[in-house]
Amino acid sequence: MFRNQYDTDVTTWSPAGRLFQVEYAMEAVKQGSACVGLRSRTHAVLAAANKAASELSSHQRKVFRVADHAGVALAGLTADGRVLSRFLRSECINHAFVYDAPLPVSRLALRLADKAQVCTQRSWKRPYGVGLLVAGLDVSGAHLYYNCPSGNYFEYQAFAIGSRSQAAKTFLERRFEGYNDYTPDQLIKDALSAIKETLQGEKLTSSNCTVAIVGRKDDGTVEPFESIDGNRIQEIIDSMEAAEEAPAAAAAAAESSSMQEEDKGTDAAPMDI
Amino acid sequence: MGRFDPYENNGGTCVAIAGTDYCVVAADTRLSVGYSILTRDHSKIAHLADKCVLASSGFQGDVKALQKNLSAKELVYEHNHNKKMSCPAMAQLLSNTLYYKRFFPYYAFNVLGGLDSQGKGCVFTYDAVGSYERTGYSAQGTGAALMMPVLDNQLKSPSPLLLPARDAVTPLSESDAVDLVKDVFASATERDIYTGDKVEIVVINRSGSHRECIELRKD
Repeated sequence: MFRNQYDTDVTTWSPAGRLFQVEYAMEAVKQGSACVGLRSRTHAVLAAANKAASELSSHQRKVFRVADHAGVALAGLTADGRVLSRFLRSECINHAFVYDAPLPVSRLALRLADKAQVCTQRSWKRPYGVGLLVAGLDVSGAHLYYNCPSGNYFEYQAFAIGSRSQAAKTFLERRFEGYNDYTPDQLIKDALSAIKETLQGEKLTSSNCTVAIVGRKDDGTVEPFESIDGNRIQEIIDSMEAAEEAPAAAAAAAESSSMQEEDKGTDAAPMDI
Repeated sequence: MGRFDPYENNGGTCVAIAGTDYCVVAADTRLSVGYSILTRDHSKIAHLADKCVLASSGFQGDVKALQKNLSAKELVYEHNHNKKMSCPAMAQLLSNTLYYKRFFPYYAFNVLGGLDSQGKGCVFTYDAVGSYERTGYSAQGTGAALMMPVLDNQLKSPSPLLLPARDAVTPLSESDAVDLVKDVFASATERDIYTGDKVEIVVINRSGSHRECIELRKD
């Protein structure tokens, strides 16, 4: 009821103790196309559903490499996201210059959160209209953070943001408990499945999604943050679909055989009467 | 007492030779101060991009800072252009970086070597404030004056004033160029007190880069 009176600028509180401009910024994130992130102990995967403005245009880039050990996927105002990615890259380079070590992912998420908070407390600024899933690898393992326009951030095992992300979240909630021990391939498959949930019936192909992975292999070598090649994504999607069809065919065969037994039963029944 | 002197010459010599499809970059590994040796095993060579290598003699404190500076700028370039920097691009960047400190220069005498975008060898030679030139070969540092005449004689680089323009890169094979580098270092080591101990030779060609260390006189 009071929303309209207290939502003119970000430095005005509402009587209920809310900053409506910040909440409106979080709405912008919900309107963006879906992004999903998940992690195991050693690897973190980001996936995004690609959205093109029209059939004639290319799709927007939603996944950015920030450093060899970290990257982000974003949902919302892509322009804001691009600017924040540039900031994150610069922070990683400066940290490595001074300390000769990669910026730990938690510190990266913190820098981003502090930058977002500034925009919630200046009358001449507006909050960034983009939510970022920050995935990275450091000495303490693989991490996934979600940074929102409010300046809040949390660490997640798996998360989804953007439009229709609730479908993906439901999918992830059912499965996340095993993720710590998942292999990289299993993580990628689950990420693709989660994105598929957000497509609501549209066919998942390598041209309407982007997947990126970063992690440390068993032998200790680091796989730097990199987008997975389109052909390989298509192979994985094809193998996922083949796996779905095989048990579906087996289930259909089981159903038809049980139906035959029931028929025999009904055939037998009249004789009893 | 005397004012604090921000510079120090740590000595050493760097050389680079460009071939038709390779580039040899070499530098000795002695680090000196005054008449003392601080270490016999200090590398003056930095790999800035996969086909671009920088060798710098002079004040190693400034050399280290310059190398870190260039590496950071190369990473920014990679993020913006989605590819590693080519050697000619790095050459211009190095010149600009040096001139930026025109009034408190990096005490670094640089030789940049690598492959250009066509895969041909290229060598760029600099002064301390960024004046640079693409040549077929160059030497910088305390032993440069002893090496350059030998390189001039052996590589017979055509005058840049000739018309039609002639290629500055040497027709020598990769192994001949490496042998020449070993010979000039052995010669400079004899008379230059700041050059010796070991020479680190890096060869860049189509298949990547390869490094070897050859022992030199330690006196």
